Amino acid sequence: MSTNTVATAEAASAEPAEEAPVLEVTDLAVTFPGLNGNPDVHAVRGVSYAVRRGEVLGIVGESGSGKSVSSMAAMGLLPDHARITGSVRLHGEEILGLDDRAMARRRGRVISMVFQDPLSGLTPVYTVGDQLAEAVLIHAPRMSGAAARARAVELLDLVGIPNAEQRYRSFPHEFSGGMRQRVMIAMAMANNPDVIICDEPTTALDVTIQAQILDLLRTARRETGAAIVMITHDLGVVAGFVDRVLVMYAGRPVETGTVDDVYYRSRMPYTMGLLGAVPRMDLADQSALVPIQGTPPSLSDLPPGCPFAPRCPIAQPECELTEPALLAIGDQPSGAEIRAGDAEGAGAGTAGTPGAADTTQRVACVRSGEITDQGWTAQDIYPVPDIPASPLAEVPREERPEVLRVSDLVKHHPLTRGAVFKRRVGTVYAVDGIDFDIREGETLALVGESGCGKSSTLMEIMGLEAPQRGSVSVMGRDTATLGRSDRFALRRDMQVVFQDPMSSLDPRMTVFDILAEPLRTHGRPAAEVTRRVYELIDLVGLNTEHATRFPAQFSGGQRQRVGIARALALEPRLLVLDEPVSALDVSIQAGVVNLLQELQARLGLAYLFVAHDLSVVRHIADRVAVMYLGRIVEIGDTASLYARPAHPYTQALLSAIPLPDPEKERARTHIVLRGDLPSPADPPSGCRFRTRCHKFPTLSAPDQERCTTVEPRVAATNGGDQAAACHFAERRTGV
Amino acid sequence: MSTIEKSTEPAEAPTVPPAPNRLRDVTRQLLATRRVLVGIGILALLAVLAFVGPLVSGWEVGQRDFGALLEEPSADHWMGTNRTGQDIFTQSTAGLQKSLLIGLLVALLSTGVAALVGAFAGYFGGVTDKALMWVADLALVLPSFVILAILSKHFVGQGGWLVLVILLAAFSWMVTSKMVRGLTISLREREYIHAARFMGVPPHRIILRHILPNMSSLLIADATIMVSAAVIGETALSYFGLGVQSPDISLGVVIAAGSSFATTAPWMFAFPTVLLVLMVLAVNMIGDGLRDALDPMSTSRRS
Repeated sequence: MSTNTVATAEAASAEPAEEAPVLEVTDLAVTFPGLNGNPDVHAVRGVSYAVRRGEVLGIVGESGSGKSVSSMAAMGLLPDHARITGSVRLHGEEILGLDDRAMARRRGRVISMVFQDPLSGLTPVYTVGDQLAEAVLIHAPRMSGAAARARAVELLDLVGIPNAEQRYRSFPHEFSGGMRQRVMIAMAMANNPDVIICDEPTTALDVTIQAQILDLLRTARRETGAAIVMITHDLGVVAGFVDRVLVMYAGRPVETGTVDDVYYRSRMPYTMGLLGAVPRMDLADQSALVPIQGTPPSLSDLPPGCPFAPRCPIAQPECELTEPALLAIGDQPSGAEIRAGDAEGAGAGTAGTPGAADTTQRVACVRSGEITDQGWTAQDIYPVPDIPASPLAEVPREERPEVLRVSDLVKHHPLTRGAVFKRRVGTVYAVDGIDFDIREGETLALVGESGCGKSSTLMEIMGLEAPQRGSVSVMGRDTATLGRSDRFALRRDMQVVFQDPMSSLDPRMTVFDILAEPLRTHGRPAAEVTRRVYELIDLVGLNTEHATRFPAQFSGGQRQRVGIARALALEPRLLVLDEPVSALDVSIQAGVVNLLQELQARLGLAYLFVAHDLSVVRHIADRVAVMYLGRIVEIGDTASLYARPAHPYTQALLSAIPLPDPEKERARTHIVLRGDLPSPADPPSGCRFRTRCHKFPTLSAPDQERCTTVEPRVAATNGGDQAAACHFAERRTGV
Repeated sequence: MSTIEKSTEPAEAPTVPPAPNRLRDVTRQLLATRRVLVGIGILALLAVLAFVGPLVSGWEVGQRDFGALLEEPSADHWMGTNRTGQDIFTQSTAGLQKSLLIGLLVALLSTGVAALVGAFAGYFGGVTDKALMWVADLALVLPSFVILAILSKHFVGQGGWLVLVILLAAFSWMVTSKMVRGLTISLREREYIHAARFMGVPPHRIILRHILPNMSSLLIADATIMVSAAVIGETALSYFGLGVQSPDISLGVVIAAGSSFATTAPWMFAFPTVLLVLMVLAVNMIGDGLRDALDPMSTSRRS
């Protein structure tokens, strides 16, 4: 096997037509037979692609589009009862239908996989080094144990595990999520495979860690020259990383082509909608997001025509007749031909299989030619909602009443040991002195990586109890001075929407009862409760008949709407949103984001928006507060903070987010932070960020001394609203 | 509004539809299930039999027919007689009265106590948890049979069986309460519980409205098992002459008396046992139906 990286890189870019594909998937279809009389689930319905050495193919799709199942089928990892047809060729050799033992010889050596969840990817009872060495040994049985261990250490070093020699003996639980994913990638690279399939490798990780992992995958490609199949739902992740993209919908590819073609000249309404639905961090004022109506079809009961037709704004009667094949633009049969029942249109599925060397854009839409001719964009074909301007926007911020003020808020959790006599062995500094305020009608976003104290802050505020230190005032009233009945009354003014739409609604209650609960609790008469519940159902865009249904009968987006309606029931003035869209698919997320903005404008709500997704934040927030290890490191109005971040952490955070724009993404230089978030039980002295700071190493010794000893306070950086907690704050271009 | 996922045009009706009623839905759902109807039917029949049986048999409870000792079923003695000439049919149906009451009441009481103790301990944690679980542990380590024996001797007489119900319930809630506590601790961190707390719902209401309904399958299963466990527990006590005392009679007493004749005079054993099996079966059927009706995610509910 050649590891000559230069040669492979050239081969991939210069003469793509010459080399035979490493992995070739043709007409792959996977069906899970329905049990107990349920209909069969057609998870994958005719997927074809081919990747050559050194090439990166991105498979993009929402949850349930069949992207993961198709790759599992290629790896031979599906359960026995799945019916798989089509062909999967590895170096021209058919591997579909090989028995498990024959597949095991290829897995890891020729084709390997990186899974989404690094927590469950490693066996907890063996050291990571031994697991890596095992991966090496299994395909080289004659290799000595010592050589395998040496190789394992080398691999750990390669994937950027510091002190590889010592960390060899660590157990998986001693590693953070990012480090475990590195080990998984090391394992996938261990035997220089020809194909690495990455199934959402960064979805479970924070953005700064995601940037590290993407960097690492680039290294992996360079080192092994392998072809990479990157499966993801995040259009940003693939934009700068892949050569070609395959967009999947309802188990079928609907558009494929080079990354530039698909992103800049998308011709399938679904792709266009998907790209329009992504909030863009790089655009200062993006108009309302493009929401795709409805939800993906059930894979056990597909409509006869184009599966996207029910959600497509430009669907024609022909779309409902037969499913369009994946054809080059302009090759689609005309509407008249379809109506005439042209057999070619229906049977062209196999004819449209992209060949190995084929990089032309192919689209499964009968109107693709028309879209090209007219030069339509997502904004042209999708009805974009008009979000009314809030009447409050006229009033300057200083003159609006304050709905929430948090000053010097502290939440420390004691770490205790011992069962009978508990003694304190340490403190988790979850929230360690933060200040901010929210005024009527504005949105403050609290952003940061997991473990930075966002959720603890939120719980402290929602509890309406006296904090351990500092103060919280809601609607101008200090929570420390509240009596029982005052606190109860104040709850009407402040409500919360949670992240997970599945667990935030009681599964045993109907939507009506869920929405009626806050009203009944606050003693509204029955007639008013009924009237208000139906008003709320209408307000968030649900139907009256939804009232008698249970949460499990709704899709994620609809459930989140119920959650929002419940929060609005008592007409609050402040809504606390705990990652309200992060569990939703992009196309659904857009609808919810638009709804939130519309409600804010109509009802004059103030939002405290807790999120880790900086793109959504830029779209929705007026002001942003960036948290790191229990402290706010930078706060300011969204426009100036995104344009010119002053704190090195904010700069790194913004730089780490991939943009769904291939050209911009390729041109960007990312600031990749080193290491993981330090433990909040043992924060570094002085500036808490200095251990990962990219600026710290460049400072002179006395300056570094200052960072390690003196804790920086939040200080204004631009004379206006923006303020950062850095001794050497320096505003620089953001995105 | 244009951000909606589905059109709301038809919902613009001027009249506000009435509020749906969950209780009515569950009742309708229950009555639409054949299993539940059969269960209720059997239970009703048993109740009728228990109260009407002794009246129509022609024999008094405890009355001895010295002309028919250990007789097989006949026109006089429909289900035969025992060694002392007592009519098995009369004895069994009269015993069924007490056993029905004991079984159902013990099940309700013990499951109710278990649910409340476990849920309060789990929800509040801290001192409440410690105190309640200490009581549960204490009740677990006490030799319940001995205490039952001593106390039931003490309360012999009219209404003694009611004391027995309370005693049986008092010694059977602990294990379930520990399970309920564990489930509560995991449910407590669910976001809908947080949401209810943040909208000002008081803790006892959260427990009754959100926590207990979400473990109703466990509670129902526990209650149905408790019905037969209570009848059998009472039988064990009666066997030692400690449970239901004469002139009261229970199914357990009749079965215990008949068990030694199971092979030689099967009629003595068969009839009361069939009554017990039917009773447990009926309770199980109702419990099953109730669990399905309360659980919106159960498969039988989905059309």
